Parts: sequence; C-alpha cells; structure tokens
Amino acid sequence: MNNDSAAWTLIFGAWLIATVSTLGALFFGEVMQLPPCVLCWYQRICMFPLVLILPVGLFPLERKVVRYALPLAGIGWLFAVFHVLLIAGVIPESIKPCTQGAPCSEKVIEWFGFVTIPLLAVVAFSAIIALLVLAHFRSSK
Amino acid sequence: MKQKTLFIAAAVVLLLAFLLATVFYKSEKAGQSTQLAAADLARLVRMHSPTYGKADAPVTIVEFIDPACETCRAFYPMVKAMIAANPDKIRLVLRYAPFHNGSDKVVVVLEAARKQRLFWPALERLLATQAEWAPNHTPQVALVWKQLQGLGLNLEQMQFDVTAPEIAGVIAQDLEDARALNVTKTPEYFVNGRPLPSFGFEQLKRLVDDALAATRP
Repeated sequence: MNNDSAAWTLIFGAWLIATVSTLGALFFGEVMQLPPCVLCWYQRICMFPLVLILPVGLFPLERKVVRYALPLAGIGWLFAVFHVLLIAGVIPESIKPCTQGAPCSEKVIEWFGFVTIPLLAVVAFSAIIALLVLAHFRSSK
Repeated sequence: MKQKTLFIAAAVVLLLAFLLATVFYKSEKAGQSTQLAAADLARLVRMHSPTYGKADAPVTIVEFIDPACETCRAFYPMVKAMIAANPDKIRLVLRYAPFHNGSDKVVVVLEAARKQRLFWPALERLLATQAEWAPNHTPQVALVWKQLQGLGLNLEQMQFDVTAPEIAGVIAQDLEDARALNVTKTPEYFVNGRPLPSFGFEQLKRLVDDALAATRP
C-alpha cells in the first residue's frame, strides 16, 4: 500500500467511527428519547462536524484535513474524559455544569456494568485521534 | 473510483442500519412495557416495600420514587389525594429508585425512620423540604437530619439504625427490580401491573380510574 492510499484508509476509518458515533448519539437522543445533558452537547458539537469535514478531505485526498479535524476531536476527547470522571465521582459535583433537565452525573445507559455513553465517546474520540495522527505521519514521509 | 464506491456503500449501510434499528426499537418498545410488568408481577411488589392504604385494596399503585426527585415531590400530594378520594380502594406501594447521586443515603434515613413507624411523616417532611437538603439537585444526607426534627423520631436511635445491613439489601433489591422493569426515570408508576402509556399525571389518573372501574361489579 502506498502512502496515499494508506492515509486515505486511515481518514476513512476515522470518518466511519465519527459517523457511527453520530448516528448512535442521534439514536439515543431522537429514537430512545434520552435527553442529552450539557456535556453531551459539547461532545456532539465536536463529533458531528467530523462526519462532514472528513469526507471533504477524502475526495480528492487532501491530507490537511487532519489539521482541521484534530482540534475538534481533541476538544471532544477532553469533554468526554471530563464527563467520565464526573460520572465516576473523581471530579466533585460542585463544579459540574448541569441543567435541570438532565444531570450530567446521571448514567442513562450502563451496559455490562461499566459502558456508559461518555465512555463510548472517549473510545471513539481516542480512536479518531489515533487514526488521524497516523494518517498525518503517513503523509509526512 | 474504488474509494468512492467504498465510501458510498459505507454511508448507505450505516444509514440503513440506523433506520432498521429505529423501526426495530419502536416496535419492540410498544410490546415490551406491558409484557414486562405482566411477566414480572413479583418484581413489582416486595415484602419489604413500604405500603400505604388498605392491604387488600383492589387497586395497587406501585411507585418507584427518588426522595431527591422534584417530579416525585410534585406528584406525591396528587397521588395522596387520589387515594383519599377513594378510601380503601387504592393501595400505594413505594419502591426506591435513588437515581440522584447520594439519594440512597437519604433512603437509608427514611428506612431508619420506618423502624420507628414514622416512615410516612418522615417521607412527607423530606419531600416538602427537598430544596433545603438537596441544593442544586445534590442530596446531602447531612442536611437531612435537621429537617426531621419535631416528628417524634428518636434521632439517636436512627443514627444507629442507618448502619443496618438489611437496609442496604432493600435498596439493592429495589434498584435491581427497577432495572429489570426498565424503570430509568422517577417517578414511575404501575397500576395493577400496568405501566403508564406515556408520562403524565393525567395518564396515571386514567389508569387508576380504569382499574377502579374494573373493580366495580
């Protein structure tokens, strides 16, 4: 595989993850009617645009898209990690930014006893960042 | 070209999966809630649950309650009024669903009050003063004790009773049943085993009225 197609595949992988996450978030919010809390919204703000930005860099392959996408993914990752720590109780409740409707510390989903929505977000943002960074190094060679 | 095909195929597959999941979820949900409660009547009422009203009343309202939940506070007097309007016809069974962080500790205090046969006055006092001990929706058990003064409770005895292991067992059982019955929000009501079709006091009232009508010969 040459560098170009390797980079393309990596960015495509990042797009796949972003799209699955976006559709998943929409499923939780719009179909299951779980109200997203404030922190969820900040993570959505970082995740949803990736679904649109990344394909712009895929056709034709434009490696700079990594630079445009990484800040979103990085900030989304920070929000997701903050959210996980908040749920885990590591961050004290007094500093939680919460509305009345949906407290951020509430776990609406808990699969297998530990998989929460913010944890999924951390995994997704981490994978996107990893793929984009890999794509960046592929292209700089 | 191959890349374009791959991208479009992936997009179509993901969208289709989303739509299928939506259709599946909606049809599943419609059948599920009635079926759940019917199959799990044993999960609805436990021996340990606090009960209000006549034991053999024909209509049983099971309420999953969180003492720190604002909507629970708002609904409580309305449910109470419904029971008062139909004496001996309605029984209220409370199940704990302390979803607010720290709310379980407040439930423990209520259970300690129950040992002194003052559960309902204590619950009513705590619901009425909810804003005092749960500022910003954050229950703080330390603030609860002050609210319980004047009810005739032996607070010293309660300080001892809150450590009783069976109380923790009650809460764990209730939370497990809540999970099994798909109770994710409070308050959640079941009237003779039937869940609310959608949330609201009107819907609850209609279910209760239907159940009352069914008991009349």
